[in-house]
Amino acid sequence: MGALNVIVLVSLVYVAMLFCVAFAADRAAARGRGTWLRSPIVYTLSLSIYCTAWTFYGAVGFAARSGLEYLTIYLGPTLVMVGWWWTLRKMVRVGRSQRITSIADLISSRFGKSNALAVFVTVLAVIASTPYIALQLQSVTISFAAFAAVDPTHTGEISETGVALWVAIGLMVFTILFGTRNLDANERHHGLVMAIALEAVVKLCALLAVGIFVVWGLAGGVEQTLARIDQSAIARWEVPGSRWVGLTLLSAAAFMCLPRMFQVMVVENEEEGHLRTASWAFPTYVMLMSLFVVPIAAVGLDLSPAGANPDLFVLTLPLENGQEGLAVLSFLGGFSSATSMVIVAAIALSTMVSNHVVMPVWLHMTGGSAVVSGDVRAVAIRARRLSIMVILFLGYLYFRVSGGGAALAAIGLISFVGVAQFLPALLGGLFWRGANRRGALAGLAVGFAVWMYSLFLPSFGASAVMPQGVLENGLLGLAWLRPQALFGAAGMDPVVHAFMWSLSLNIVVFVFVSLISFPQPVERLQGAQFVNVFDHSAPSGGWTGGLVQSEDLMIMAQRIMGAQEAQALFGEVAREQGMSGYLPEPTPDFLSRLERSLAGSVGAATAHAMISQIVGGASVSVQDLMAVADETAQIMEYSSQLEMKTEEQARTARQLRQVNEKLTQISVQKDAFLSQISHELRTPMTSIRAFSEILRDGGEMPPEGQRRYASIIHDEAIRLTRLLDDLLDLSVLENAQIVLNLEEGNLGALLDRAETAAGLSDNSMTVGRDAGADQVRLYTDTNRLAQVFINLMSNARKYCDADAPRLDIRVAERDGMLLVDFIDNGSGIPAGQQGTIFEKFSRVSENKAGGAGLGLAICREIMARLGGGVEYLPGQTGGAFRVYLPVAEAGAAEAAQ
Amino acid sequence: MSPKRGSVFLARRAYFQRRAMDAARLLPVLGAGIFVLPLLWKSGDGARTVMVMFYIFLCWTALIGLGWIVSRRLSGPDADVNRDPAGDANEQVHVSREG
Amino acid sequence: MGKTVLLIEDEQNIIEAVSFILSRDGWEVKTHANGQNAMEAVRAREPDVVILDVMLPGKSGFDILSEIRAEAQFASLPVLMLSARGQAKDLEMAERAGANRYMTKPFSNAEVLDAVRALVPT
Repeated sequence: MGALNVIVLVSLVYVAMLFCVAFAADRAAARGRGTWLRSPIVYTLSLSIYCTAWTFYGAVGFAARSGLEYLTIYLGPTLVMVGWWWTLRKMVRVGRSQRITSIADLISSRFGKSNALAVFVTVLAVIASTPYIALQLQSVTISFAAFAAVDPTHTGEISETGVALWVAIGLMVFTILFGTRNLDANERHHGLVMAIALEAVVKLCALLAVGIFVVWGLAGGVEQTLARIDQSAIARWEVPGSRWVGLTLLSAAAFMCLPRMFQVMVVENEEEGHLRTASWAFPTYVMLMSLFVVPIAAVGLDLSPAGANPDLFVLTLPLENGQEGLAVLSFLGGFSSATSMVIVAAIALSTMVSNHVVMPVWLHMTGGSAVVSGDVRAVAIRARRLSIMVILFLGYLYFRVSGGGAALAAIGLISFVGVAQFLPALLGGLFWRGANRRGALAGLAVGFAVWMYSLFLPSFGASAVMPQGVLENGLLGLAWLRPQALFGAAGMDPVVHAFMWSLSLNIVVFVFVSLISFPQPVERLQGAQFVNVFDHSAPSGGWTGGLVQSEDLMIMAQRIMGAQEAQALFGEVAREQGMSGYLPEPTPDFLSRLERSLAGSVGAATAHAMISQIVGGASVSVQDLMAVADETAQIMEYSSQLEMKTEEQARTARQLRQVNEKLTQISVQKDAFLSQISHELRTPMTSIRAFSEILRDGGEMPPEGQRRYASIIHDEAIRLTRLLDDLLDLSVLENAQIVLNLEEGNLGALLDRAETAAGLSDNSMTVGRDAGADQVRLYTDTNRLAQVFINLMSNARKYCDADAPRLDIRVAERDGMLLVDFIDNGSGIPAGQQGTIFEKFSRVSENKAGGAGLGLAICREIMARLGGGVEYLPGQTGGAFRVYLPVAEAGAAEAAQ
Repeated sequence: MSPKRGSVFLARRAYFQRRAMDAARLLPVLGAGIFVLPLLWKSGDGARTVMVMFYIFLCWTALIGLGWIVSRRLSGPDADVNRDPAGDANEQVHVSREG
Repeated sequence: MGKTVLLIEDEQNIIEAVSFILSRDGWEVKTHANGQNAMEAVRAREPDVVILDVMLPGKSGFDILSEIRAEAQFASLPVLMLSARGQAKDLEMAERAGANRYMTKPFSNAEVLDAVRALVPT
């Protein structure tokens, strides 16, 4: 079996293993297990997709050609990571709070959820990334070729395009399988991230192993290695300053702007805290990755035949020195670098393409109504899968068309300059509230154009795309428009030249247009939210509801999020609003929450558009604008004030109506009360008057009759007095004019006193008491409390209709309240009347044995004054009342003294 | 924000948290300075690739070490005190009480 | 044989006082102490005059009066209403329900006697 077959087999086994890892991780995450999946180390390792095959193979080639210059590619990201507190922290926070799905989504969200901007960023990202994907395909292909070259059993040329095609198809399957399982990008791709983390370990180990082999195996130790470097063509430190600084800045910018980096850094981020670990762990990773690059390059230049491709030293050095195992490991390292980059880039780009291009077009084509037709969820997933295929196919196509030659080698930096155009809009959006959509669009357009003109198109070689004449003499023969010497800046490195001009012009135009144009309200709101994300992380969208049909929203949400998730969300919100069922009120809070949830699936701009369709165009509420009013224009404030005024009038009218209703109610109550009082006063007075007249008129009457009439008069007079006392008492209590006479007391003693006063001590009723539980210290108005007890006890005595009347008094303490229950064994109070017995003049029984029906009303007032209450306890053996009052606090007595 | 009374420990802790944030901000500036420095060296016998390599990798390691320390310092429970104006006001309170 | 008075009143003392006054004047006094079944009592006792309290347990005096007036044989039965509520609208309601006389408690014994005598000429 030849080396080529071995390598094919090994890669297949390796890919199968990655499948298993991804699958297992997905399963573990789905079951809620595997917290290690969300460790900061996995996050750090996933960031290593920055190191693609271009850096795995290319760094050595880079070093062999230009010495230490390759370090700039790692130093830039190191500085960004070490400086995470400035930028990345904010990016991650914004990304999480706004449920951002891609860098296009971030920029579009920041600038008023503008779809035009999203499309523009998406197109730019695809253009800049496609060659990069082609580069990865090429690296896998040439590494296969390297094995084929030393394989004696293999004859004839290896089909490069065939290998590339199979690799592209394999990656497509893997990406679709693990990248589009969940629609919501915020339900992260655990399996995928895990596989990428594993690949990160493989590539680091591979490069370190090759490095160790080269230093100690081939060169014979550190000293000898250093000596070889000193003797090599790259011994001298002669990196041009502009390239050193320029490339460091470029790689730093690209690190933040590359769609795939954004995907792993922001979208797949589980916890903001992971960034803290990655801030030092990722620089460690890239430092280790670059540690052996120069030794490998120097030794490779020394040992390899002239004209050997330095890009493949990592592979050819072990291979030519009989270390096939190491060579296979090295191959796997390169393979890992290439595949992980392609997979993540494909996911990031497909998310952007489907959310910002396919979905809006589809929505438009279906009449713009997500409610009426089709299953959006299925469409979105299909769109994403299709996008992955298209992107990988484009990469393959680019590889075929470009011929996979040396032209590809430079494409890494060219891509970097392309995506670096996002930087002004990104950082401006995060830190400058004045940045607006027009500025971002104009800046991006100018930067993109300069990049195309000065770097991308010339990179295809003279006359390939750009006419030779333009390249040498400038557009229209204007010398200052020469693509690689704009404005006379000749003699510069083309990459640095293009980077400088494209980014400077981008920034200048972005700032200038932002300064002279006026942003839309949504933009300003989003601007405030992005820039001040740490002040109010609770994100707000700004919907005004009103006419929205919750049901329509539900139908739409079900299609996008899936029925279960949508129902769960709606149900939860409904519960929070204190409603049952699944249809909450379409409050602004709910709408913005829904929008963010949808944004996870279809992107912010699309989600916003979909909800606008249903809500009916209203977008930003007055309150939201007021929140950013410190720079809201006067006209805005004026109109919102007007709106507030009308609102205030409506509120006043509403209040007036309420007051009116209340007054009517009070008036009715007052009439009833006066009638009652009148009745209660006039009835005894009638008896008194009638009998006193009888006595006065004299006539024949037995003396016992006279005595009887006199005693009726006497009793009725007492009844009147008591009634007046009660009324007075109640009036004082209700007007809170009562002065409480707080003092220490003992519950048992108080109950004894009440028992006597209520006439229970004559054994007319058995009283059940728990002498032990009675001994509770009180600090309250004991006379008032006794009044309540007496009232309840005499009620029991009067109304308990059992043959052997019995009253149980139980004392308990619960939640800081002392509970005293009075439970008799009579028939109790009918359920229908339990609610009204504490009202004034309410009587349960028809006989007039009691007073005017004020007793319980007075009890209720007294207990309220004492900080407790009295209530009827249904479901006991008979009539049952519970008196509760706060337990005497230890310090209360002392404090009062 | 009202600082808790009578707890010097908390005040010191918050103080160091602030300084860790300052350090986190300064670290990339320091790194940039360090990495640009070799440009000032004259090529030839003064600056060979090996020397610059040693210098950069040593500084790189040091920078990572500093980053590690800073990130640990920032990992306290109230590391998320983000609002700078409030933070500075807070700090002044501590300082004045300590002084 | 004296004429019959039906006293519908729930307050025991007032029943006793009014009964005493009217009996002494030669009336036969029959009593009924609640609102329920008051109509049956009217039918059973066939009084010459009814003294009807307004606030009765079970049914208000106004309702009872309406029921009385609803039956043809009692359409012109003299009714004296007593009320302890002393509000102007009560008088109105009593008139509308068809009371012949309306008196507010407390009343003097002579007033009651005069009113009953006026309602039932002997």
